[in-house]
Amino acid sequence: MAEYSVFSLLRNALSGNQDWKPAWRKPNPKPSYDVIVIGGGGHGLSTAYYLAKEHGITNVAVLEKGYLGSGNVGRNTTAVRSNYLLPQNTRFYEHSMKMWENLSHELNYNVMFSQRGVLNLAHTPAQLDDYARRGNAMRHLGVDARLMTPSEIGRRVPGLDMSQQARFPILGGLMQESAGTARHDAVAWGYARGADRRGVDIVENCEVTGFLRDGDRIVGVTTNRGEIRAKKVAVAVAGSTGRVMQLAGIERMPIESFVLQAFVSESLKPFLDTVVTFGMGHFYVGQSDKGGLIYGGDLDGYNSYAQRGSLPIVEEVMSEMLALFPSLATVRVLRSWGGVCDMSMDGSPIITTGPLPGMYLNCGWCYGGFKATPASGFCFAHTIAKDAPHEFNAPFTLDRFSRGTVIDDKGQGPTPRMH
Amino acid sequence: MLITCPYCGPRDVSEFAYQGDGNRTRPDPSSTDSEAWHAYVYERPNPAGAHNEIWLHAGGCRAHLAVVRDTLTHEIASVRFAREHGAAPHGRRKPGAKA
Repeated sequence: MAEYSVFSLLRNALSGNQDWKPAWRKPNPKPSYDVIVIGGGGHGLSTAYYLAKEHGITNVAVLEKGYLGSGNVGRNTTAVRSNYLLPQNTRFYEHSMKMWENLSHELNYNVMFSQRGVLNLAHTPAQLDDYARRGNAMRHLGVDARLMTPSEIGRRVPGLDMSQQARFPILGGLMQESAGTARHDAVAWGYARGADRRGVDIVENCEVTGFLRDGDRIVGVTTNRGEIRAKKVAVAVAGSTGRVMQLAGIERMPIESFVLQAFVSESLKPFLDTVVTFGMGHFYVGQSDKGGLIYGGDLDGYNSYAQRGSLPIVEEVMSEMLALFPSLATVRVLRSWGGVCDMSMDGSPIITTGPLPGMYLNCGWCYGGFKATPASGFCFAHTIAKDAPHEFNAPFTLDRFSRGTVIDDKGQGPTPRMH
Repeated sequence: MLITCPYCGPRDVSEFAYQGDGNRTRPDPSSTDSEAWHAYVYERPNPAGAHNEIWLHAGGCRAHLAVVRDTLTHEIASVRFAREHGAAPHGRRKPGAKA
């Protein structure tokens, strides 16, 4: 029975909206659980949801050090796409895309998934050749991709400077029409409510301060709200991976943390009905349903755990935006913020059992974790429940770096900030 | 963020190029110890706090600098020439050092 429907809206409107149940409870943590998920972001919440729904494991706690949505799930630029080159990534992210397409229905929660397309602009013939290669790789695996000519692009995105006088003239682009955006907070809230209704305890303001061990085995955590024991402890803490793993005595990981900034402009009338990425720098922009432009660029270029950015990147992002859209020069920036990204050594994630007995690890999302939220939770839940990876996350192991089976989509090498 | 280059004095961060983690030492090139190479290439301490790192004063004297910076506050505790620090930039051995 759907909790949100036309009838429940009408009924609650007539009763003055006094009878809505909170979307999730505020339980105190129990002394023990079957599974603890550390991290109440999108991935932690979707993991708990699929543990309960797909595997019947409902004695689960999600421990969140702040409030739900305070981390990267509430800080990203909301793009959802699956335009990768390598088959491991394409299969995983396309599985995620399929889950996105049904997510509002699945959760009975409107995540406002909008398949408005993502367009990568090319500014050199070599880049266009590279996009043709990537587009063909995508189509080979059943993902839609289309090369667009400059005249098609000019009609689709009227705000772009298509002239030859542009700083970097646009020669074409690669469009994935099935890509798009989703309302990021709603994803967190929808998964939280879905998990909560299935019996999962979502414990906010509960920071993990250490791990309980029985020999080598992880058997629980210590928190600022006391000790909690569990048969299995899953870590899904994105930018805080280094910190949490150090609590478990693992001093080094194939990950570095960097800050990525994002920006929102004042609300404009409908201006941009797709997501556009710049090919001569790192810049991407979309427009929310409320009218604000949501955009971002490159990482602040040095290791950081500060959830705020530096000014040189602000300047760079703004100048890149104006190189593409000169007409935006007078638009005011409403706000900007930063999120901490767990940049892995090959730019691909890690979803795996271990590295310690009783522990499960989900990390390395770089700046692309939001679009993976459904598949990440789905695969991580499978890995936790079965003690073995799902076929979609089997390549994303932690030991792929020592085995030489890295998944480096960009061909960048082991420099995390360059992915 | 300002970085105080020991040669040029305090300069804006935009003059500098980040060279990454300064904690690692490159194994001897003839080494076949795959674990040592794996640690050098892929493993990072990534601390939330004081971090040893290498910066290149690309828009200045072009010296490689060994910087200790707090990754939570961006406060810089020390800046030295990397060659004095000993952890040579990008694992380059010091001139005359034994393999």
